[in-house]
Amino acid sequence: MSLVDPLGIYGLWLRDVKRFLRTPSQIVGSLTFPLMFLLFLGFGFSGAAIPGLPEGVDYLQYLVPGIMGFTMLLGASFAGLAILSDQDVGFLKEILVAPVSRTSIVLGRIAGGSTTAIVQAVLILALSIPLGFELAGWLSIPLAAVFLLLIAITFVGFGIALASQFSDSEGFGLIVQFIVFPLFFLSGAIYPIEGLPGPVQYLALINPLTYGVDGLRAALVGASTYSPLLDFGALVVSSVVMVSVGAYLFERVETV
Amino acid sequence: MDAIRVEGLTKEFDAVTAVDDLSFAVEQGEIFGLLGPNGAGKSTLINMLVTLLDSTSGTARVNGYDINDETGDVRDSLGIVFQEPAVDEELTGAENLAFHARMYGKPKAERERRIPEVLELVDLADEADQPVESYSGGMQRRLEIGRGLMHEPAVLFLDEPTTGLDARTRRDTWEYIQRLNEQSDVTIIITTHYMDEADFLCERVAIMDHGEIVAVDSPESLKDSLGGDVVTLGLENPSRELFARLDEQSWVREHTETEEGVAVTMAHGDTRVADLVRLADDAGASIASVDLRKPTLENVFLSLTGSTISEREASATDRREDGEDRTTAEAAEVAE
Repeated sequence: MSLVDPLGIYGLWLRDVKRFLRTPSQIVGSLTFPLMFLLFLGFGFSGAAIPGLPEGVDYLQYLVPGIMGFTMLLGASFAGLAILSDQDVGFLKEILVAPVSRTSIVLGRIAGGSTTAIVQAVLILALSIPLGFELAGWLSIPLAAVFLLLIAITFVGFGIALASQFSDSEGFGLIVQFIVFPLFFLSGAIYPIEGLPGPVQYLALINPLTYGVDGLRAALVGASTYSPLLDFGALVVSSVVMVSVGAYLFERVETV
Repeated sequence: MDAIRVEGLTKEFDAVTAVDDLSFAVEQGEIFGLLGPNGAGKSTLINMLVTLLDSTSGTARVNGYDINDETGDVRDSLGIVFQEPAVDEELTGAENLAFHARMYGKPKAERERRIPEVLELVDLADEADQPVESYSGGMQRRLEIGRGLMHEPAVLFLDEPTTGLDARTRRDTWEYIQRLNEQSDVTIIITTHYMDEADFLCERVAIMDHGEIVAVDSPESLKDSLGGDVVTLGLENPSRELFARLDEQSWVREHTETEEGVAVTMAHGDTRVADLVRLADDAGASIASVDLRKPTLENVFLSLTGSTISEREASATDRREDGEDRTTAEAAEVAE
């Protein structure tokens, strides 16, 4: 068994994509939450003077990359859940008994989960344009794609690492709520982190989503708190760390 | 080379031994049964052989490869149908097979050749593009069996393949399994707690109890070891003459007087009923009834272990409900 098995990874990816496309209700469902945040916060605070916003950037412009980051978090937690529901229905055994290394299985899962999460984030972006969101320029798209990919790898990796510590989907679903929302609120997605109390700011600084959202903002809006290169570097590090941790923990999952 | 060779294989869970120092071999091309009550350690044994569970000690070779050191080759060599269904219900039958083929590294050309072949083999060609959630229980089982054969393994493991299926579907599934064995020459290891299944399907059966194998042989030899069939003649007038004549017959292994008449033990009872009736006639005994009982594997299990399979399973359930100390059987069941 080679460590990286392209055909196996492709098979896992294809399965995730097919399942995603076949359940439109799930696509709609997964977009509802982010869309509500986008609409209510976007319109509710549209005229408000929020301290710390970059100059010349109105609140909707500021908010859209943040909501895209939130969508990625939800998509990633769903990928973690997918592993556990495979375990619930017994399909995980079919995967684990195949001559494919655990690392390849984790990579295949990340590929599938990242693709579906990115599609959802892009749908949010598309829906925000009729609401008045303006792209900084055409270069925005490829730049944003790079950041979306790194956010996806980081958090799907995290989702897999977390899922491997649970034996069924119920407990996982509960815990995810307590992780997704703090990550979201402590990322500068809906307000600048400078507004947070000092010690809490440090939490935001170790949150990879902070750099993800900031990088997306740099790409899509053309304004960011940190240098896009710093954002990029931080996300590359978090991606490598999360994939390694995910692979390490998944290696130890016993199915029987 | 044997299809499977097990040497001193042991699995302990905490302080409980689920599989206890097993050694046996399975020949190439045979249908080999592991028969025993739930909790006997059958699934634990299978899970070790298919590399999903590490052994505590001992080892085994599947298709010549060591289960501890040559995991990849072992996995390439085997197909497995798990006790619990393990199909993706949202995908179609053909997509499930394609997924499997990719996981086993089969290139596109081979997938395109093999998928229709397998679907044909398990009689699902017409349903190939239906989502699996629309399949009946029997169809899903067939798909799983076909999938297990997708990558043309040397050994196919079937863990309780007919549990949860109705009587007719069970029969059909047995016939499929036999046909597959004949057509593809694959070695089949089947675990079951159904006596009739082991009897019908298996060329050789290993009887398992409490993590140990208590006997390995063909179902016929196992049943013959009990002494043979028992024909009971109900007699209206017990006759000394008949008993004397029975003593003289070389094919009579044993005869005992019962309340209604006489019970005679012999090999191939069905071919001897006529002789027996003639004998009674000649002796002037008038026959009220004839009853032929062939020993079953259930009788074999009883004589080897001192209890029936259902008693074993019931006592395992009782102990669990009483919350007493975990026993071998239960620990193995947890593992299963």
